[in-house]
Amino acid sequence: MAEADTIVVDVATRIFQDLGDPQTVNNAGDDSWRAPLWQALTDSGLTLAWVPETAGGSGGARADGFAVLGLAGAHAVTLPLAETLLGGWLLAESGLEAPQGPIAVAPTRHQDRLTLAQDGTLAGTACQVPFARDCDSLALAAEGADGPVVALVAGHDCAIRPGLNLAGEAKDDVIFDGARPRLIAPAGADRDALMLMGAAARAMQMAGALQTLLDLSVRYAGERKAFGRPIAKFQVIQHDLARLAGETAAAVAAANSAGAAIEASERVDAGLLLDVAAAKIRVGEAAGTGAAIAHQVHGAIGYTKEHILHRFTHRLWSWRDDFGPESVWATRLGESVAAAGADELWPTITAA
Amino acid sequence: MATSIRFDPIRLPPETEVLRGEVRAFLAEEIAAGGFDPRGGYAAERFDRSFSRKVGAKGWIGMTWPRQYGGHERSFLERYVVTEEMLLAGAPTRGHFVADRQSGPILLRHAPEDIKQDILPRITAGECTFCIGMSEPDSGSDLFAAKTRAEPVDDGWRINGRKVWTSSAHYADYMIGLFRTSAPADDNRRHGLTQFLVDLKAPGITIRPIQFPTGKHDFNEVVFDDLILPADHVLGEVDMAWKQATSELAYERSGPERFLETIEVLIELVRVLGAAPDSRGSEGIGRLVAQLHTLRRMSISVAGMLAAGEEPMLQAAMVKDLGTNWEQALPGLARDLAAFADSSPTNRATFDSVIQNATAVAPKLTIQGGTTEVLRGIIARGLGLR
Repeated sequence: MAEADTIVVDVATRIFQDLGDPQTVNNAGDDSWRAPLWQALTDSGLTLAWVPETAGGSGGARADGFAVLGLAGAHAVTLPLAETLLGGWLLAESGLEAPQGPIAVAPTRHQDRLTLAQDGTLAGTACQVPFARDCDSLALAAEGADGPVVALVAGHDCAIRPGLNLAGEAKDDVIFDGARPRLIAPAGADRDALMLMGAAARAMQMAGALQTLLDLSVRYAGERKAFGRPIAKFQVIQHDLARLAGETAAAVAAANSAGAAIEASERVDAGLLLDVAAAKIRVGEAAGTGAAIAHQVHGAIGYTKEHILHRFTHRLWSWRDDFGPESVWATRLGESVAAAGADELWPTITAA
Repeated sequence: MATSIRFDPIRLPPETEVLRGEVRAFLAEEIAAGGFDPRGGYAAERFDRSFSRKVGAKGWIGMTWPRQYGGHERSFLERYVVTEEMLLAGAPTRGHFVADRQSGPILLRHAPEDIKQDILPRITAGECTFCIGMSEPDSGSDLFAAKTRAEPVDDGWRINGRKVWTSSAHYADYMIGLFRTSAPADDNRRHGLTQFLVDLKAPGITIRPIQFPTGKHDFNEVVFDDLILPADHVLGEVDMAWKQATSELAYERSGPERFLETIEVLIELVRVLGAAPDSRGSEGIGRLVAQLHTLRRMSISVAGMLAAGEEPMLQAAMVKDLGTNWEQALPGLARDLAAFADSSPTNRATFDSVIQNATAVAPKLTIQGGTTEVLRGIIARGLGLR
């Protein structure tokens, strides 16, 4: 299996450290950090890593993009980086050129369906689309008259009902009714593929965020003194942190497994269901459990705007919902397992 | 990151899938021929010498050991696949599993040549069963409180004391026992314990059954009354047992047996819920499968790191902690989900018997081979907290 390019990882790490440091961003109180960070990511080709060089991207491996997303999660990066990667990928898979600037993708929920009519106009609403109003372009997967299509829509051609996630990031309903796409092509990757790829991307971000959560919690427990000693010396705190470490490890393993499966797979399709669904489910569960432990260990200081803990916990809670929450993926995975029957369960697991 | 935890996304190499097919075919033949009953209850407690001999003849015991000792010089990941398939089939591996997993590797590392030549080929033939003599009445999780004494005598050691909760001792041929050879040192309470090879047929040993709450018998009390052990039965350095066995412990903790021992619960749950469960049933199955798949990925990752010569102690402790707690909760979750199912009486009866068995076994899973509490202490140490 191909590993992520170490140069890509090094470049991304340096950019996030220099321009996206969570403490600096938290202290800033405004958006002054945003443009330089995005510019650096764009200049280094990271935003279009999943677009071939022939189509104007940087032609990175899928593993490269997933590794960058893990780092982005570890720095609680609040930019449509995952979305732009996914948008570029979705367009490129269908032979469409990716636009400059940030791209949002739709739909991001299993129950939302968009259609493209014969007259070339779209219909349908995609709810809770991350960063929709922050992006000039929307890449979408829709059902056309002759099968699935992928299209590129300008943001100002759609109606947007703005919303926010818990972390204060744009998460908007996008009403496509009547909108005319700038570009359309038969889908090289359809809506199900977008959900799989998006779920794996979010799983990587969340696994990265959990690693920082563990780091922050271990460090804080070593610094904070109560009853005459660092709270890390209390066995009950040690066991809480051991559980947080276990959840983090499960998240890292599950997300890496999904990323590796996608990297190794020719196509993004239903053959990846087990690996991707397992990642989104297990990482989502780890996010819930892990965030609760991290807050408990941090006590009151962790429940302040001043402390950076919320930058991670609020994103973890929010990201669970994007591209299908645990319950929806679990139902889909369970349906698939049940339909195959009891005696196929183990062969399915060992075949993944 | 200071606390970065590596779980490399290691996949089993393609050649292991060929082997998996061979193991599945062998097990299916054995079941069809009545060689063992796959629904015979908690498989890990079942001893069947003739089955172990057949597994030995297949070359699936001591797979990774050198050929000169009857081994097969195959990879740790191939051994992993065999272990998985045996667990899934509910195969009675008790006659060889402990020797294969840990006693054999300890002998390979620490026993004198003539003992290796004598015992290891018998293990790989499925002819020789081992048990582990660690716990004592006043020493369980606190292993270093062991009091059973080994005193030097002419040409050997005299052993007095007793071990408890010793699984398989009533049919095992040998024990690897942990005995006290010196008092703990002031600066190191782990000092003073030594591992020994014990022939359980030797005079001076009394083995008594300790029943489980179910009335089944696998635990034993093993009493040593002036047992004399030859000098060459010391395994490793005298007084220094605490330094040994780190990679053995990683194997012991991270294998698929830490979450697959009662896996038939999940399989029978899927059967009982049928081809199209309601969303509650589907979601329940989906979560359990996702959790199982993740545990398996973690376990294979550790196996891969061990095969590469690393000692991922922290990761191994996490696999056992997460794996055994998952498996312990499994019958309760399955019971809840199955309560709504309108299944055929036959499927239901199988499910009910599987659930009963797993529910009774569940408490043991987070105690044997290192309690949850001990494991979390190890993880905390790995995080630099102690």
